[in-house]
Amino acid sequence: MPSVCLYFQVHQPFRVKKYSYFNIGHDHQYFNGEGADSLNNRRIFEKVAGKCYLPANRTLLDMLERHPAFRASFSFSGVFLEQAEHYAPAVLESFRDLVRTGRVEVLGETYHHSLSFLGSRDEFARQVAMQGEKVRRLFGVKPKVFRNTELIYSNEVAQLAERLGFRGILAEGADHILGWRSPNFVYRPVGTKKIGLLLKNYRLSDDIAFRFSSRAWAEWPLSADKFASWVNQVNGNGTNVNLFMDYETFGEHQWADTGIFEFMRHLPEQVLKHPDNDFATPSELLARHRPVAELDVPHFVSWADVERDLSAWRGNPLQDDAFAAVYRLEKPVQESGDAVLMDDWRKLQTSDHFYYMCTKWFADGDVHAYFNPYESPYEAFTSYMNAVEDLRLRLETKGGEHV
Amino acid sequence: MFGWEFPPHNSGGLGVACKGLVEGLTAGGVEVAFVLPYRMDTGGVLKNVRFADPHTQLTGSSAALYNPYLSLAAFKLLSLKADPGAMSGHSLVDKVLWYAERAEAIAQTEAHDVVHAHDWLTYPAGLRASAVSGKPFVAHVHATEFDRTGNGLPNATVYAIEKAGFEAADQVVAVSEFTKRSIVERYGIPAGKVSVVHNGTEPPPAPGKLPDFIKFLRLQGKKIILFVGRLTLQKGPDYFLRTAKRVIAERPDAHFVVAGSGDMDDQLRHLATELGIADHLTFAGFLRGSELSAVYQAADAYAMPSVSEPFGLTALEALSFGVPAVISRQSGVSEVTRHCFKSDFWDVDDMASKILAVLKYPALKKSLAQEAPKEAARSHWHEAARKCRAIYEKLISL
Repeated sequence: MPSVCLYFQVHQPFRVKKYSYFNIGHDHQYFNGEGADSLNNRRIFEKVAGKCYLPANRTLLDMLERHPAFRASFSFSGVFLEQAEHYAPAVLESFRDLVRTGRVEVLGETYHHSLSFLGSRDEFARQVAMQGEKVRRLFGVKPKVFRNTELIYSNEVAQLAERLGFRGILAEGADHILGWRSPNFVYRPVGTKKIGLLLKNYRLSDDIAFRFSSRAWAEWPLSADKFASWVNQVNGNGTNVNLFMDYETFGEHQWADTGIFEFMRHLPEQVLKHPDNDFATPSELLARHRPVAELDVPHFVSWADVERDLSAWRGNPLQDDAFAAVYRLEKPVQESGDAVLMDDWRKLQTSDHFYYMCTKWFADGDVHAYFNPYESPYEAFTSYMNAVEDLRLRLETKGGEHV
Repeated sequence: MFGWEFPPHNSGGLGVACKGLVEGLTAGGVEVAFVLPYRMDTGGVLKNVRFADPHTQLTGSSAALYNPYLSLAAFKLLSLKADPGAMSGHSLVDKVLWYAERAEAIAQTEAHDVVHAHDWLTYPAGLRASAVSGKPFVAHVHATEFDRTGNGLPNATVYAIEKAGFEAADQVVAVSEFTKRSIVERYGIPAGKVSVVHNGTEPPPAPGKLPDFIKFLRLQGKKIILFVGRLTLQKGPDYFLRTAKRVIAERPDAHFVVAGSGDMDDQLRHLATELGIADHLTFAGFLRGSELSAVYQAADAYAMPSVSEPFGLTALEALSFGVPAVISRQSGVSEVTRHCFKSDFWDVDDMASKILAVLKYPALKKSLAQEAPKEAARSHWHEAARKCRAIYEKLISL
């Protein structure tokens, strides 16, 4: 002990192209941006594939081959897998190679990387089932551990995940939910019987995901043996060290020239130098360790920003109106029974759309500015709302009644 | 410091900018002797003001001849109509050179460390003063001849005066990166010699009485889209009208208000008729003060389709009232604002689609009303003054 548990999030949204008011009623293709801008989904996917997915997968496969004790896990959004199938089959194949080793677990989430838990529990359950089906079809495995979009979590999320058949769930190990407790144990969510809760060790995770290349950081440059020594410090007061991060950390957020791939390549041998350490997948952790205590999380927590709450996607007037507009269409969409309308509606639920509408730009909001492919949150909102309006008109035309 | 106009007798942003800068500098402990070409009321703001011609006081139509935004061609047209007895000399260039002659005596009697001059009208005066005292010369650029002519044909004489001013200056100050690019690319000035000092803004006066025509429009449930600025090529009022046509086709309840006057007045009225939008358009004339504030506050959207806008103070005014704004990317103010929409001035469809979105989705107005005033409040003249002071200190220490 402790076991290092790696989970990487792999997701790309279908970004809404610059969709003008004058497109409404004429143009039903919301996601086919073709310019040289940051709303061309194919172009972005190909870029990230070259910088991150392909080299990172090569690195990971090499690590798995050299270290029989090495483990990792991924959560793939369905919209990522769909884009991989269309834009870069080689990327999908390289992920399948990893999963085929039997030492890489695939987690469950909503197909559309959506906020549907907040909008419609029925829709949430359907999207979770869709993602499970997609994973089964592409990888031949069934997700047993759940992670909600952006690690949005509360007792209720855990309770519903348990009802949907999951045996584990992931969450942010935020200070305000843990208090004096440590993230380095397995917990039992309030109101559940079987499901285990794994919490992100955000200090060690963020050392890699955010601080790795920061020259202003006292620990820069971070070597694998230094990092392993921090893992060793958990020895005796924790069963697991959960390192949760976006997969784009490798090569995209931290560029290759920062040495991030070399760091990863050397991490297993440095961690395994200590005889008590090993690596584990989330399911292995849950099989090995019984929950040490119940953890009560009545309010939503997430892994975003310093607030670790929902304010990156909810709360400003743009986000709230957009959210209401898309979920208002649930009933007419379901009633239409039209697969194309259903698909467009679901792709409009992806959390990123709401993230791009975030206006808290002047403190930690700089992160939003960096990741925002639109010129402003107002542009993001406008293209989005125009697309939703077009979808509404299509439903009205089809249903023949006012929606 | 050499200026050409000063509030309340200003025709636009140049006077407002000079006032803001002088107040900021004075508050920061810099003593400013402000020079104006002729006697005028300066509202008691200036501690030390000198008039190059202390005897002439200009009023009415003759004052219009001193409008710093006139292109030379427009000046010649106007001066034909003017009262010839009120002034000597018929060319604006003559006035500028005469101002320079007077500057010599002022420089000899007024102790100073730096000479700072605002726009081409004052560069010959500033250069003369600097030559007399041997003190460094700062050429501040609020607009170039390319801006004034809407990227049309610049007057060769004015261009030559500007270029000579920039070349002789120890430091050039541009009000935006947009203007700096123009100075570097079109006047051949090394980029390292041009500093950018964005204008600040004062909180606009509290809203006063709403003009009756706006009250009437609101009673009818009209959506009001506002243009504020001089009616000249530079400000793109014709693009505003073409945008209006696109918007009105979708939203018959939209009403467009043009606040300002200028040499395109007649042309725009013809254009409105030609576009068939005259019923959806009001020419409100030049509004100022608390009345203008009231109009901002009543507006549903504001558009600034400037063709070439070195800064664009009215955009910050609109933001300070939380009005959803669509601002030309060909402007300096778009470099310091994020809580607004931006469009290329020629992209009438883009501007129209953004105005239509503002009218359709109330969350935009709600969100911008929360965020934009905070952003406008961050643009202080103190910050502009601090940067100018740093430039002075560097020049003095050389």
